[in-house]
Amino acid sequence: MKQTRLIMGMPVTVEIVDKNVHPDSIEKVFDYFQYVDGKFSTYKNTSEITKINLGEIKKKDWSPDMKKIFKLSAETKKQTNGYFNIEQAGFFDPSGIVKGWAILNAAELLKKMGYKNYYVEAGGDIQVSGKNNKNQYWRIGIRNPFNRYQNVKIVSLKNRGIATSGTYIRGQHVYNPYLPKQSITDVVSLTIIGPNVYEADRYATAAFAMGKNGIAFIGKIKGLEGYMIDNKGQATFTGGFNNYVVHKNENN
Amino acid sequence: MVNIIKKLLVSLFIIVAFVIYTSFKNENQQEIAVLPPPKNNQIIPAVPTTTSTREPVTSAPVSASTPTPAPTKPVNNGQYKDGSYTGPAADAFYGNIQVQAVISGGKITAVNFLQYPNDRETSIMINTQAMPYLQQEAIQAQSGNVNIVSGATDTSRAFIESLNSALTQAK
Repeated sequence: MKQTRLIMGMPVTVEIVDKNVHPDSIEKVFDYFQYVDGKFSTYKNTSEITKINLGEIKKKDWSPDMKKIFKLSAETKKQTNGYFNIEQAGFFDPSGIVKGWAILNAAELLKKMGYKNYYVEAGGDIQVSGKNNKNQYWRIGIRNPFNRYQNVKIVSLKNRGIATSGTYIRGQHVYNPYLPKQSITDVVSLTIIGPNVYEADRYATAAFAMGKNGIAFIGKIKGLEGYMIDNKGQATFTGGFNNYVVHKNENN
Repeated sequence: MVNIIKKLLVSLFIIVAFVIYTSFKNENQQEIAVLPPPKNNQIIPAVPTTTSTREPVTSAPVSASTPTPAPTKPVNNGQYKDGSYTGPAADAFYGNIQVQAVISGGKITAVNFLQYPNDRETSIMINTQAMPYLQQEAIQAQSGNVNIVSGATDTSRAFIESLNSALTQAK
């Protein structure tokens, strides 16, 4: 069973290939994303994050999930030498960490319901579990930033997360906190494979802000692999990345 | 007399500071663990990663002008021949790297960095920690079945397509 819905301003897709999928299961995942959107969307006047930014909610009254996200953001800022920063000119926008966190939590929901073979995808970031309907590990294409109908790599993932940061679709949506006015033009796409989508997403965001040095930063972190594409179509990737790539003769 | 003591103290301080600085720099260099593969693997046969470069490193400061002399240990029970081996300068993406491996008793006892990038702030930040191994290629399409696609968030696809079509009509 596979369903897609537009939530948080992006398509969210859930596919479960286990037998006897309960029709409400995917709905519950979508409900969870709606809940997250209602709390963390900076585009919504009624969201908790908007109220925090307007100074309408005191820190002691923040919801547990809000406190959690701020804690995770502070942790990530430290681990990325300040490149990950949800604060811009006094306003907080935690969307760089909320997405991966929400996808992982949604995948955990399905796990708690007893499912084993599924994936949750939101805006190109994915958490996979188990296998697909051909009894293979899930196959994920890394989109060609210069041609959206093409993949530049196909990877096979077992219980992992993958996230891509890029400039090519929405325009510039990541900035370098050390040089906020300078746009990041060298790197057009950076894909990270991690132990889960939360790790992949937050490191993809931070490393993308580092420009060309981002991939070297990823290469130093245990458990992460990355594939970076620059504006000339040249890719730089970490030593273990090819271990995930599906070889040509394994296709189909 | 007081002046002489003062001068002595100042020069002593400078010497001590310099020694601390060099040993600190040296330690940073020894932290570098994972090397990019040398283009000619006969020069450095399979430099082991992380652990082996750290523990047996000699205490002498590393410098391009004073390469460590080849040690002469009698017993060789390892997989390498004793001596010093210098690798070619290899492009490590953020600058050139050239290393010299010192083999003693069949084992790697030191890896000296003859060249490594330090011309930019960010490079220095990277260099002080383990250096990752990176590869490069020109992208090309890989065809085959996929279940899902990872890419940057693409909600505006419809918008772009719609706009393009509108603009085409507007011509």
